[in-house]
Amino acid sequence: MEKNLETIFQDKIDNEIKIEPKDWMPEKYRQTLIRQISQHAHSEIVGMLPEGNWITRAPSLRRKAILIAKVQDEAGHGLYLYSAAETLGISRDEMYDQLHTGKAKYSSIFNYPTLTWADIGAIGWLVDGAAILNQIPLCRTSFGPYARAMVRVCKEESFHQRQGFELLLTLSKGTEQQKAMCQDAINRWWWPSLMMFGPSDDASPNTAQSMQWKIKRFTNDELRQKFVDMIAEQVKVLNMTLPDKDLKWNAETKHYDFGKINWEEFWQVISGNGPCNKQRLDTRKKAWADGAWVREAASAYAEKKAAKQSMHAA
Amino acid sequence: MIAIRKFYYGDYGESKNGTADISSSNKTKNEWPLWEVFIRSKQGLDHKHAGSLHAADAAMAIENARDVYTRRMEGLSIWVVESKYIHASNPDDADALYDPANDKAYRHPTFYNLPDAVKHM
Ligand SMILES: [Fe+2]
Ligand SMILES: [Fe+2]
Repeated sequence: MEKNLETIFQDKIDNEIKIEPKDWMPEKYRQTLIRQISQHAHSEIVGMLPEGNWITRAPSLRRKAILIAKVQDEAGHGLYLYSAAETLGISRDEMYDQLHTGKAKYSSIFNYPTLTWADIGAIGWLVDGAAILNQIPLCRTSFGPYARAMVRVCKEESFHQRQGFELLLTLSKGTEQQKAMCQDAINRWWWPSLMMFGPSDDASPNTAQSMQWKIKRFTNDELRQKFVDMIAEQVKVLNMTLPDKDLKWNAETKHYDFGKINWEEFWQVISGNGPCNKQRLDTRKKAWADGAWVREAASAYAEKKAAKQSMHAA
Repeated sequence: MIAIRKFYYGDYGESKNGTADISSSNKTKNEWPLWEVFIRSKQGLDHKHAGSLHAADAAMAIENARDVYTRRMEGLSIWVVESKYIHASNPDDADALYDPANDKAYRHPTFYNLPDAVKHM
């Protein structure tokens, strides 16, 4: 019986038929999705923090308006994704709880600090750029609510990368100091951006299953290579360089070769020892705690209003 | 463990409407209710399901829907309905419900072969 259901399920996936929340699914599929979607949602939410730091310090009204719009988009992305995860039977509060207690992970990239204004450009160009490559194939992921959320996210994402690149382009044509700032930001964000695609394929044992279930469409290394090929070209327009002496076009593979990623650093940051892990979590927890009275007051007000209404109706 | 009544996404059918299958902790006791959001993107078109969100009441649900779902002129009108009021058909019944439509090709205009001489039909 179980086998039969599983075969029907896999047949649907093989035929590109989306799985919807009420359809039968293997428990492992549900759990994998809850973990992946909620991690993704947490990343959008925590991702607002490094950029939010610079809203009040943006150099012009134009840049400030753009940055606010971008950060607001990320809040929306978090919401779409939390909602998608909720269809799998986990509550919003449980997910928040997992984040706040450190049980759930989020993208390690957001544990790096934003030290200069140029970092805002580098984040848009590199971090959002990497995120977009991850997200585009997810628009065709097998779970319906996740795929629909990603379509919405991808639509909004495209300006994020462009505004970042434009910001860096402006700096790259500025004073010597501005150029140096631009290069410095690229140097600091390049390697962490490469790590955003996750461990290399031989170190990610769950990839095969996720590919079979079409939760994932490309492997980590495939996406990472795509990213390197894209950025290695774009950086030329900025007249800047990437901090990798091994970066070189390979005429045979038609791809860029690149240097070794420091996976030790990656695992350190993931396990809580990045430069800002503690600060990010503390900020989140404080925001949640500080907002408690608002949530309670709104609930109390809604209850009171509903009670009044039913009195009128009676 | 206390099973509490929870309301998921509108995609859940009647049988799943209510009790939680995974999270039946009391973690949700303070959660604002879930709302489904429907947006009319253009005058003359139907409202279409856009997504869902949590809000304390209908007014807040509309305000939040405006903030998350219509920042780029995606809509001119918003409907919100608390998710618990959505009743859905059960996907397990899909065969019984929709199969009978399959063998009635005569309901489609292409079923009828007419000479080419017949115009405008
Ligand atoms: Fe995002
Ligand atoms: Fe973004």
